[in-house]
Order: sequence, then structure tokens, then C-alpha cells
Amino acid sequence: MLTSYDPLKGKRLQILAESGRIVNRKHLPEWTDEALVEAYRLMLRARVADEKALLFQRQKRIHTLPVNKGQEAAAVGSALALEPADWMVQSYRELGAVLQKGGTIRNHLLYFKGSEWGSVHPGLPRLLPLSVPIGSQITHAAGIGHAIRYQGGSEVVICYFGDGGTSQGDFHEGLNWAAVFKCPVIFFCMNNQYAISLNRRHQTASATLAQKAVAYGMPGIQVDGNDLLAVHAATRAAAEHVRSGQGPVLIEAYTYRMGPHTTADDPSLYRPKEEEEEWAPRDPLLRLRLHLESRGLWDSAREDESRAAATAETDAAMREVDELHETPLDEIFAHQYSDRPAELRRQQAAYEAYLQWKEAR
Amino acid sequence: MPAMNLVQAIQSALDFKLGDDERVLVFGEDVGLEGGVFRVTQGLQEKYGERRVFDTPLAESVIVGAGLGMAVAGLRPVLEIQFCGFIYPAMNQLVTHVSRMRNRSRGAFTVPLVIRLPYGGGIQALELHSESMEAMLAHIPGLKVVIPSTPYDAKGLLISAIESEDPVLFMEPKKVYRAFRQEVPAEAYRIPLGKASVVQSGTRLTLVAYGAMMRVARQAVELAAQEGLSVELIDLRSIYPLDTETLLESVKKTGRLAVLHEGPTSFGVAAEIIARVNEEALYWLEAPPRRITGFDTVMPLPMGEQHYMPTPERVLYELIQLHNQAE
Repeated sequence: MLTSYDPLKGKRLQILAESGRIVNRKHLPEWTDEALVEAYRLMLRARVADEKALLFQRQKRIHTLPVNKGQEAAAVGSALALEPADWMVQSYRELGAVLQKGGTIRNHLLYFKGSEWGSVHPGLPRLLPLSVPIGSQITHAAGIGHAIRYQGGSEVVICYFGDGGTSQGDFHEGLNWAAVFKCPVIFFCMNNQYAISLNRRHQTASATLAQKAVAYGMPGIQVDGNDLLAVHAATRAAAEHVRSGQGPVLIEAYTYRMGPHTTADDPSLYRPKEEEEEWAPRDPLLRLRLHLESRGLWDSAREDESRAAATAETDAAMREVDELHETPLDEIFAHQYSDRPAELRRQQAAYEAYLQWKEAR
Repeated sequence: MPAMNLVQAIQSALDFKLGDDERVLVFGEDVGLEGGVFRVTQGLQEKYGERRVFDTPLAESVIVGAGLGMAVAGLRPVLEIQFCGFIYPAMNQLVTHVSRMRNRSRGAFTVPLVIRLPYGGGIQALELHSESMEAMLAHIPGLKVVIPSTPYDAKGLLISAIESEDPVLFMEPKKVYRAFRQEVPAEAYRIPLGKASVVQSGTRLTLVAYGAMMRVARQAVELAAQEGLSVELIDLRSIYPLDTETLLESVKKTGRLAVLHEGPTSFGVAAEIIARVNEEALYWLEAPPRRITGFDTVMPLPMGEQHYMPTPERVLYELIQLHNQAE
């Protein structure tokens, strides 16, 4: 499949059309009905958590955070193609993938309330903390892949980044390294059409992002990123390719950031309402729901029930995070080095003396 | 005990760690087949194979970034950035990831990697091949910065650096690479990071230096002795962590402090040392401390570098000024 959708010829893999109809049976993932319903539930869970997080930010219970809406199929569909032992290297707009990996909504909220502990999802030593500098994490994925190959492991790495990330030097350096050393990495580009305000067409003169793979000597494929089935099928094929030692793959998920870049962003400044309206019917949840309903696997009652469960989970997570306040002073110093250098101990003691003075005043 | 120059001592440490620990990988531009532009890794690929010792694409950011990836996945990368002046493309990785990973993940992910970084001037090199940017690196929380001045220290410090759980910038004074030999044990030994060494004790002045400037310092101390000045000479060895204790002890004894380095004056290592001494031992000082350093200019090309690089005579001049001040 990786070779039959040549990005240089403008091919894009789609399996599930906006109508909810299967339009490509050849590459249809072999999913049980239950698994498909589970995937939808996970997308819905990510959607609800994302919507609620935006609300919590408006209530000042958490701070500025990125918004995921519209990218749930790309996140969930790709993550579901991997094994628990595989590595995940995040950007910061793949909440669905993080949840699939076993990350928690609580930690997502905690990080954006301002605690480093939110970066560390318990029991997930192969989920790197999210990466703020654009595209820089691509090189880490190459290195992890290099280590896996060196250690003779069969794991793969999935690395998420956006369309803006492909303009960074680290995109070039990371893909090039991974291809040279045949590192088992799936480079997964979330092309959501915007890097904050910059439209994809101004990001690069390449007709597709997937075609950049050609220059690195690796397969590249563009998929309909709002189509869970296409994303999943492509990532599954990529995982097989990568796991068998043939080197990395680049996937471009053609999607749309339906919300703002972050809670601090106002998309009305840089994109027309008509464009948003044009994308609205391509909503990844809508399409999958139509499909499930047409097959009698889903209905309004189940939708309401799932939505209510995700809402309750997110509310409970927020309440739990509401209870967490100031980072203890010692934690700020404790983790900078493996051994606390004398100078750090001195700085800490000096600040503690000030705190005591303040207390006694 | 074999006599080794700095290149051989560093190679001996790499050889030991490659043999001792399968997690250790050595890589960088030209380090494999060729053995590095300074031949520090010569013969290691032949001995340990291309999986352990290898050439990378010419791309510093991914050399460091991939190093981070390997380190979080359980390896111990020892990578080379060919010249200090080539570290800049990797600064984003160093500042935004390598130095932060442990803290921002609350210890869940650590980056035990070593970056070998030939640095320093006085070798009539091309532009951007002579810089001494240790202060910039030491300013980044989370990194350790180590600079040996002798073959013996280099081997012991490098083994400690590779065994450290923290990212270490191991800066190698190019000018010392083949400058002299010293007896270095064939077997492994360790010198702790963050410990300075009192190389020569003295009574009237304290002179602090490191790396290639230690040779200049030693000559200056000899010249000073001829002038009747007893100088205590300290080799810092680690820029961060900085061994404040050893510095304070010396300054409290001598009452006078001069710090010598190649890098620019402002916001430099000398500035930091003097600030710490002022904070903790101001009342022991009998004269204002002095900085003997490069200038706040770019490193001049070879025809101008003799002005930039401190010389024994210039250090002597500064020591005499320091001694005569406020006697």
C-alpha cells in the first residue's frame, strides 16, 4: 500500500468517505465491530476532554493550552496501529494518541495547570513528554529508533509533528538520519493546514508534505487524516514496514485544526469563516458516527452515554487537579541534576532563609 | 606506566568504556573510519565495529538530538561535535531538551550523554575553529561542563563523565592535544566531576585557570616566582559544577585572586568565580580580583589571535598589578 499511493502523483488514501460510506475495500483494516466502536469511543473521549479543557481554561482553572479538535482520527487511528511496547514521541496536539497509549486526562490538565508531573504519565516509560519547540522531537525519535536497532529490539517509534514542523531543520536532519541508519520510526505529520496563522500553502512549495519522503529515500504516503480507517490502515502498513527493518516511513495526515492554535489564539484573524464551514462536515467523529449508525453499531443513546461518561471523567480529573496547588520548593531543585550540586543547595538554602524571614515577619 | 598525550589519554578512556559497557556508542562527524579530524577516535571503529563507533551525517542538531533519543532509550552515547564553533546548530537541542529532560519529566527520563567538544585557540585555525564558549554552555541549567588540562585528568574525568547520569560537555583543549606526554595508568580510574585541583600551593596570590590556559598559567607562575611572587595555582577541571569550596579556601589564604581564561570577559567564567568569592570571602580580599581573558570580540583570525590569547607575560603583568595593588 505504501507504494501504491504515490504522493508525487497527488494520491491520497481514503477509505471512509464523509458520507460514512466505505469507498475503498481493498485497504479496509480488519477490525471487529467492537474494536471499531472502541476507536470511536476513544475519539469521542479525546474530543470531550479537549472541549472541556478549553472551558476550564476560560474558567481560569488551567492556563493556555493547545486545542485538538478535528485531529482525533489521525491521533487515535495511528496510535491504535502500534503495540504497547512501542515508543511514542509527542508534539503537543495528539491527545487521542496519548490517551490510547494509556495517558490520563488528569495529567493532560495537570501539565497545563503548570506542573511538570503532568508530563509524566504513570507506568508509561515509552511515552516521551510533549515537546514544545517545533519539530525538535523528530531527532529524538531517530535516536530512539537507532537505540532499538542497536539493541536488536522489535519495537517501533511513532513521532508526531505538524505541517509547520516540516519546515524546521530538525525535520530534515531527523528524517535523514533515520533513513541512513534504517531506524524503525514512523514519522507522522499532522498536516492540520495551519501553523498558528500560517496556512500550509505558505509553509512549503511542495505539493504535498508526504512527497518529502522521496528525497530521504523512504516511503511517504498522504492519507485523509479525518478518516480513522485510512489513518489506521496506513500506520499499520508503515509499522509493518518499519518493524521488518526496512527503515522509516513518512505519513502525512491531511486534516484540519477545527479550533484555535491554543486558547490564546483567534483564528478569525487569519482564516475565513467559509473555510471552517467547508471543513465542518469533514469532522472525523461525524463521519465515523454516520458509518457506525448505518451499520447499527451506534445510536443517539450510546452517543449520549459515551459523552456523559467522558464528561464525568474529565470533570473528575479537573476536580482532582483543582486540589493540587503550589509545587513544593524542593522539587524545583531536586530534579535538575542526578546529584544536587553544592551551588544549587546554596541557592535553595538562601531562598529558604528568605521564606523563613517572611514567615516570621 | 605508559606516557600519553591528551589525544591518547582520551582515546584510552573511550577504549575502556567501549569495552566495559555495551551501552556506550561513540559517534560524530568523521569519528569512525577516519578516527576524527584530531584522530582521537582512531582505531576504535576497527576494534569495536561500525555499530559501536560510527560516522554520522553532517548535522549537529540531530547528532545531539539522536544522542538524547538513544540516552532516554537506555544507551550511553559519547558523541563528538568537531569544533566548539560548530555547536551552535545543536544549541536548540541542548537548551530545550538535553538540559531540561530530567527536570521536566521529574526524573522519569534522563540523558546520560557526553558531548566531546574540542575547543580553544592558538592553533592558527580557520574561522570558527578556535572558540572557547564554555561560559555559554555552563550557563544552561542541567548541563555539566568539564575541561581537562592534562592527559591524566582527561582520562579520569572522561570515564566519570561517561558514567555520569547527567549530560556532560567534555571540552578538550585542542592546543594541548599533542603538546606533551604524561604518565597515565593503562587501567581505568576516575576523577570526580566538580572538583578543582590545587596544582601548586602558594601564599601571595591565587590564580585560577583551566584547559589550555593551564600551560600558560604554569609558565606565568614560574615567571612570578622569579619575581619573588608566590602564586597558588588552581586547575578548575569542572566549570559546572564549580568547586567553590576549593576556591574560597585558597583566596582566604592568599587574599588575592586572578582568573584566567580564553573566552570573552563579560559574563564569563571569571566573572562567576569573582562573584562567588565576593559573596563568600569579600573580607578576606586585599585587592580587587582581576580577570585575565579574551576580549568581548569575536575570536580573531590567526594573524590577530596572539593579541586575544592570554600569554604567560600578560598573566605575569596582571599578577604583578594585582600584587602591587593596595598593599
